[in-house]
Formats: sequence, C-alpha cells, structure tokens
Amino acid sequence: MYETPQFINSGDQAILVEFGDSINPDINDRVQNLMIQLEKTDKPWLVDLVPSYKSLLVIFDPTIESRKNIQNEIFADSSKLKDLDKHSAKVIQIPTLYGGEFGQDLEFVAKHSGLSENDVVSLHSKPYYRVYMIGFAPGFPYLGGLDKKLATPRLESPRIRIPSGSVGIAESQTGIYPNDSPGGWQLIGRTPLSLFDPMRENPSLLVTGNYIKFQPLENLEAYLDVRSNVESNSYKPEIEILDDEEINRSVS
Amino acid sequence: MNNKSIEILESGMLSSIQDTGRYRYQKFGVPVSGAMDNFALRAANVLIGNDMNSAGIEMTVVGPSIRFNSAVLISITGGDLSIKLNGRAVDRWTAINVDEGSVMTSDGVQDGMRAYLAINGGIDVPLIMGSRSTYIPASFGGYKGRALKTGDLLSVGKLNPATVHEERRLPEDLEPVNYGHSHIIRVVLGPQNDRFTSSAINTFLDSRYVVSNNCDRTGYRLSGPHLQHETGPDIISDGTQIGNIQVPADGNPIILMSDRGPTGGYAKIGTVISTDIGLVAQSRPGDNIVFRQVSVKEAELAFIQQESVLYSMDRNLFPAASKEIIDALTRNSSNLSPCLSENRADSKPTTATARIKGKTYKFKISIESN
Repeated sequence: MYETPQFINSGDQAILVEFGDSINPDINDRVQNLMIQLEKTDKPWLVDLVPSYKSLLVIFDPTIESRKNIQNEIFADSSKLKDLDKHSAKVIQIPTLYGGEFGQDLEFVAKHSGLSENDVVSLHSKPYYRVYMIGFAPGFPYLGGLDKKLATPRLESPRIRIPSGSVGIAESQTGIYPNDSPGGWQLIGRTPLSLFDPMRENPSLLVTGNYIKFQPLENLEAYLDVRSNVESNSYKPEIEILDDEEINRSVS
Repeated sequence: MNNKSIEILESGMLSSIQDTGRYRYQKFGVPVSGAMDNFALRAANVLIGNDMNSAGIEMTVVGPSIRFNSAVLISITGGDLSIKLNGRAVDRWTAINVDEGSVMTSDGVQDGMRAYLAINGGIDVPLIMGSRSTYIPASFGGYKGRALKTGDLLSVGKLNPATVHEERRLPEDLEPVNYGHSHIIRVVLGPQNDRFTSSAINTFLDSRYVVSNNCDRTGYRLSGPHLQHETGPDIISDGTQIGNIQVPADGNPIILMSDRGPTGGYAKIGTVISTDIGLVAQSRPGDNIVFRQVSVKEAELAFIQQESVLYSMDRNLFPAASKEIIDALTRNSSNLSPCLSENRADSKPTTATARIKGKTYKFKISIESN
C-alpha cells in the first residue's frame, strides 16, 4: 500500500486515485472507503466513480470546479478514511447447483486438479470470496479467494452462449456470468439467482466489497424452487454479517 | 395518447436512441453509453431549446427514413448523411421547422460517420438507470433495448416552454465545416504511459494510424506502427474513461468509446481530450489519425471554451440573448477563465443560474475586458 494515494490523470476529466499496486483486501478497502465518502458528501463536480482492485477513477466536471481544487478535496477525504478502515462485511449466499447439465465442465476440472467431483464442489463452496470489483459486463463480479488447487485453464475454444447464472473457473479466478454471453470459462455449476436486472431498483445483486459464499443445492428441484421465487420477486438473498476477523479466519 | 410521434419507415444502418449517457452505475459494471459524438447531440438539443441531455437519434452511415406525425422543430448535427426533408436537402447545425406528415430520408454518408436528430421535447422512452441511452449488447435502454427498426413508433416528450421558433445556428467557429479523412487528434499522456518504452511513446506521437474495420460504439481499433510495452500489456484491471487509448499485446492502439466496459486490463498509453472525442466518432475505416500531445491545461481550456459557447447558447440557462458572450467566447479562448464557476478579479462576470445534470448552479462566465 502507498503511504499517500497517487493521483494520475486519465484524460482531462478524470483522475485515477491509486492506493497501492497489488490485489489485496486492505488496498481494496481504501478504494471503497473513498468511494463511500465521496458519494456521501455529494460533490457538485462529481460525475461518476469507478472502483477497481487498487484504484478509484473519479470522473468530474471541469466546468464546475478546477482539477486542483478537486484533487485537494479528494486528498482531504482520503486522509479522513483511516477511521473508516475497519468495517464489517456482508456475505451473500449464492445457492448453486453443481455438475450435471448446468456444470458440464465439473468432470474436466476434477480430472485437471486430480480431485473427485465432490472435492471440487466442497473446495469451491468453502471460501468467502471477496467481490473486488464489478466490471467487464453489467453485474459481473471479479472474485478473489479461489483455492489454488482448482485453477484450470480456459476452454480452447469459447462457447457461443453461456446461460446467465453460470458459475465458472478460468485460470486462478472464479466468477458468475450475470447475463447470457459468449465465454471460455470452465462451467462447474449454475445459480438460480439473478445477478443483474436493469429494471430492479438495485440492478446489481452485488456491490464492490461484498463477500459471497457458494451454497451447494441438493438437486434440480431445489434449484427450480429458488428460481421460481426469484422470478416472482419473492426471493430474499441470505445475508450474513461478518467482521474482518471472521473473514480472515475463514480465508486462511 | 400523445399524438406527437415519429414513425421509422426504414431503419438505416444503425440508428439508436441516445442521450448524454448513463452515469452512477459504472460501479455495477454498466457502461456509460450515450452519443458517440456527445458535442453534436448536445448542440442539436441546444439549437431547438431542449435540455442538453434530451434523447435524440444517433444515425450511422445511412440514416433512417422517418415520418413526423405532427409539426415539430428539429435539428440535425454531426456527419453529413445526405439528409433530405420531403426530397429536399436540409442544412445541418440549425433549427428546422417541420410540417406535419413530412418525411426525412438519407442518401448515405458524404462526410463523417454519425449524425444526430434532435426533436423538440426529446424522444420519450423510459429512463433506465437514469438514462434513455440504448445499450444494445445487454438489451436495455432506448427503444426496447435495441436499434430502431422499420415500423417503430416513437413518442416525443412534452414541448419545452422555452422553445424558440426561430432559425438558430451554431456559431461558425464551433461548427465543424468538414470532418474529412485525415484527423489530428489531441491527446494527453497517461494514465499508464510509464508502462511503455520511450521509443513507443515517440512512435505513438509521430506516426500515422489508420482506422480499422473494427470500429464501433465500444472502441476504435487502429492499425499502424506497433507500440512496445516496457513490462507487458496487462495491468491489474482498473477504471476506464472515454478516450483512453489502450494497447493490448498485439501493439495496436484501441480508443475506448461510449459502450466501453467500465473496467479494463490493458495498459493505457494516452487519452483523447474531451473536445476531440467527437472527431474520433466521426472518423471511419480507412481514415488517417495523427495524435498530437497537449497538456492537461490546454485540454481543459479547449473543453471549457466549447462548453461556454454551448451553455451561453442555451436559452434555458441564459434567457436573454447572449450574442456578446458568444462572440467574446468564440473570438479568443485565452480570454476565458479556466473555470466557469471561478470569478476573476480583472473581469466582468456575467451571472446565470443553470440546471446541469440535475443540480442547480450559479454560473459566472468571466470575460476580460480588453
């Protein structure tokens, strides 16, 4: 982590505020804290914020305030953040049906890692995965925390259509496809939850800084049960609140 | 039912409803979208007394055929798509009164790549996450989340009371005469120019690049001399801004445009300045691009000059005729205060209250008295 945040110009209307140069929960906490702080104070010059692993892109309107003053305001806010550092985290349970037709590459992942399919499922559903950022496509979470044993290369040739909710592995990452899209990840399961819906008040189920935990579903019936609740808007995601220590314990 | 409507008789090559973009949802991975040539759309709106952010139609290469089901004030800006009204050629960058039942057609592009049609009252489609812009890849926004098709009937919003029924034109200095096929695009370096060799930076600034066939609303891929990375093309993914020029492993630059993903994992050598984004949007496959480095300060001044003129033309913000301001602003950019909200001691300020992006501001435009 840097001693003080670095300010890097990204064109004439954006500043990249960088807190460090690695993927690490403490650096990512800083990114989020600054985002929360800037959103809370509702700066008139603020156009948008894009949080990512180690930086926050601050997009501003230069006709309202000068770059120099904006930078000073951001700096002042970021130095207030030390008090906010520790906060509890939300863990959202992601019910997932592993294997079978929804997880057609589970067998390949098991073979590649030299484990049984059951072991793959239990290793994959054990950690609390941190949502470092959401990007690439609407609602797509970049997750940290995959067990190294499960790392598997991408498909040699990407599939034309991967159904929304598919849970996959690519190299040392795991992720969930929020929408139907082409893709080359190894598919090990599918969740009946809807990660992104433009018509919902909160379009994205997840926000940066959340944790998620995959919850294996017994069978197709259980999957369809949750799915019908999701479709009738009566599904409430299961949320756990953990403090940092509990999260650290579960990750190690 | 609102009898003010327009009907799409033919779709054109790629016509979609766009406003100035969808902000505050990038943290959920939602692209900004919005008009590729944002300046042209806003100018089109200002010319007919619309809110600058009103939704219009972005037309690409070949425009749609449209019937206007009521008399209405429109404007067409951006590229020259040989647009005609009832068979007669019409001017761009000016307000046009259209009679009920008139039909607009396009014979295809003569200059530029994209044109904008603004209609008094704006195109009335539902706001999705605060914007009317169409994001086609995920099928939301605009009209049913897709490009316009033959038979679509679009309603037009309430007439703005500040409407001016007069032939208003953009000041000549601001009106792009001709986009042509060779473009000098101003850039500032960064955010990751330190990831490139110094000879790559020189190559980037000294070479001629050609717009490839891979140019769409997401980005413009260019071909030309390859740009060498110092430490590889991949960075830890971070936020992207319109105009960022990323360079993947093959060394060919890509200019990120309206439908870019909010985050990306390639090093970004430079960024097209805000004022020149429209010029990129108006370039087409085969066109030449030369990048010219400017300072952030110069980029800001260029933008503020452009904005000052747009704002001062906006009757909602400056109800009184402001020809004096426009003249002063277009005459000499060095007379501008670097920030509209800043009041300089040696200047004669003009004050106005403005609503921009949903908020009210007091504006002071300062013009030095010579």
